[in-house]
Amino acid sequence: MPTPRRSIAIIQRPFPRIVLTSLWFGLLSLPLMMELQAPFFGLGRPLLVSAGVAVASLLRLAVSQRGGPGAERFQRLMGAIGGAGRDLVGQMNRRVLYVVALASAVVIPLGLNRYHIDILTQVGIYVTLALGLNIVVGLAGLLDLGYVAFYAVGAYTYGLLSTRVGLSFWEVLPLGGLLAAIFGVLLGIPVLRLRGDYLAIVTLGFGEMIRITLNNWDSVTRGPNGILGIARPKMLGFTFSTPIQYYYLILAIVLLTIFVVDRLNRSRIGRAWTAMRDDEVAAEAMGINLMRTKLLAFGLGATWAGFAGVFFAGKMTFISPESFTFFESVIIVCMVVLGGMGSVLGVILGASMLVILPEMMRQFALYRMLIFGGAMVVMMVLRPQGLIASSRRGIALGPKDRQGSASAAVTSFR
Amino acid sequence: MLLQQLINGLTLGSVYALIALGYTMVYGIIELINFAHGEIYMLGAYMGIITFGLLTTLHLTSPTSGATLLIMMVMAMLFCSACGVTIERLAYRPLRGASRLSPLISALGVSIFLQNFVMLAQGPRDRGFPHLFAGEGIDLFGSRISAIQIFIMATSVLMMVALQLLVHRTKIGKAMRATAQDMQMASLVGIDVDRVISATFLIGSALAGVAGVMVGMYYGLINFFIGYIAGIKAFTAAVLGGIGNIPGAMLGGLLLGLIEALGAGYISSEYKDVFAFAILVVVLIFRPSGLLGKDISRRV
Repeated sequence: MPTPRRSIAIIQRPFPRIVLTSLWFGLLSLPLMMELQAPFFGLGRPLLVSAGVAVASLLRLAVSQRGGPGAERFQRLMGAIGGAGRDLVGQMNRRVLYVVALASAVVIPLGLNRYHIDILTQVGIYVTLALGLNIVVGLAGLLDLGYVAFYAVGAYTYGLLSTRVGLSFWEVLPLGGLLAAIFGVLLGIPVLRLRGDYLAIVTLGFGEMIRITLNNWDSVTRGPNGILGIARPKMLGFTFSTPIQYYYLILAIVLLTIFVVDRLNRSRIGRAWTAMRDDEVAAEAMGINLMRTKLLAFGLGATWAGFAGVFFAGKMTFISPESFTFFESVIIVCMVVLGGMGSVLGVILGASMLVILPEMMRQFALYRMLIFGGAMVVMMVLRPQGLIASSRRGIALGPKDRQGSASAAVTSFR
Repeated sequence: MLLQQLINGLTLGSVYALIALGYTMVYGIIELINFAHGEIYMLGAYMGIITFGLLTTLHLTSPTSGATLLIMMVMAMLFCSACGVTIERLAYRPLRGASRLSPLISALGVSIFLQNFVMLAQGPRDRGFPHLFAGEGIDLFGSRISAIQIFIMATSVLMMVALQLLVHRTKIGKAMRATAQDMQMASLVGIDVDRVISATFLIGSALAGVAGVMVGMYYGLINFFIGYIAGIKAFTAAVLGGIGNIPGAMLGGLLLGLIEALGAGYISSEYKDVFAFAILVVVLIFRPSGLLGKDISRRV
């Protein structure tokens, strides 16, 4: 860092700096917020922005005055909480913990109203999707921005087979997963040689291609009108219809997903994925077949989106291309990254947060997405590794983080 | 018909190229897909309208003068540069050195924020852009190039030449190239890397701002959502040409515009986006680093 010149040295002092920062943001928001017809040209709103920025900067200053910059302090605090949580989990009997978690997942919804149960069902769908994407992004380190395409494949498989052929939910569920997996591998083959961000754009393009095709292939998918009257799932002569029944169905799917993804994570393939993520060349040198490992990641990741899609179609009984936009893909990636890549618990937490928080913010209606976008930035700046960093990933981090996660590493390998 | 499609394609393509330059420059230096870049372009378009409104309210101009247009574009450039630099400072700089995906999520957050901010501040409805071009255009072998198409292509070429000169003939350009090659080494030889990165965002955002004003005039309507699709297209263009490569972004943008126009004209306008992405996939299969991208040997 070069020494600041005398003229800008004054900016480095805290208070002039805060004044200038808030004026700057006021200035930036001025053109968009002013109204020439309003009294005082509507200058009040940019001033409000300035005031808000000033308050935020003062708060940040207040936090950072006591030892170290604010963000770092916050990081340490979060790290300590995370570590303590992990230690607690490690000390308690794991089985007991799982039983308690499962019991509350089964019992609590019985006391909730339809609206809340619907939100929980929504959480279940997204947990399934996020855990599936976690295989591709979190474990194998392949950035997939078109994951929603496989969700769409699952949903349309059930939608079409139900309305045209008359197959039942349970017949289509494995089929949808299989078809999504096939699509995953089909996408995987051409992109095997691509790295990093080239992969991101091709997967994004793939997602858009699927959506545009669904939107325009009127003779089969009925285009933007979507498919109506999809049969509800039936089991032993009983038809799923109330929210709570759907909730238990998705809960079962989520449990299956958690079980399989956790087993995969600890398996030979899981270790191959993480090795490939951390260093492709070294992994290949250790005898990992990169092509096979990558295709497995794409295929196994897509399968869960297929299941989630079939469930979604069965629950809504109506699907249209509108449900499968790029924004959905983005949200699912955010769930994985915000929660903590590679960590099953983190991904579940991330998915729950990103479904429940926007619902809770419904009272702010218009400002909801604004706050959401801002929160994403703040969250990433304060805690880039996600809420719960994967314990295996933690070991690879620098010496500062090592102390925090050493105990965690021990517990996870016990 | 063919000539007409080519002209339309080149017009659209030169705009894609301008936006793609911002993506590619930022990527070249900090390896970040700046998803908020499309939003900067959208802000540019709005700044154009706002400046026009301001000028007419203050009775400073007649609506068809060339000076109005110039002021609109300069204001859009200034505003977008300021936004771009601020976004980098706020949302990306604290994340330098974190995992690759963190700044990406941060960028997506900025993008959602800006879209909704503009929607709230300027309203969700389409806004009409003033018609500033009275010119007739030129007839060329039975096809027509409108005045605005000429203007868009000429401005884009001018901007690209200026950018090339800046990158290859000036000190800051040299610093940018050095930083893109190796950030650590650049800082060791005394380059203020933070300033170079800010400069990159400034220049890229200014180009997007100009593109915003020009597209606003071309289509006549803008809304808060235009940044999304333009951003994706421009990113595709940047990758097609080889991301991180400045001439590549220009080539990719023009090609993408041509492909789209020809695909829409001769095959199906509904599937033109599919067509563009399909071409991208095919190109990447045979040239995984894009058309002009260097085959980067992996450092082990």
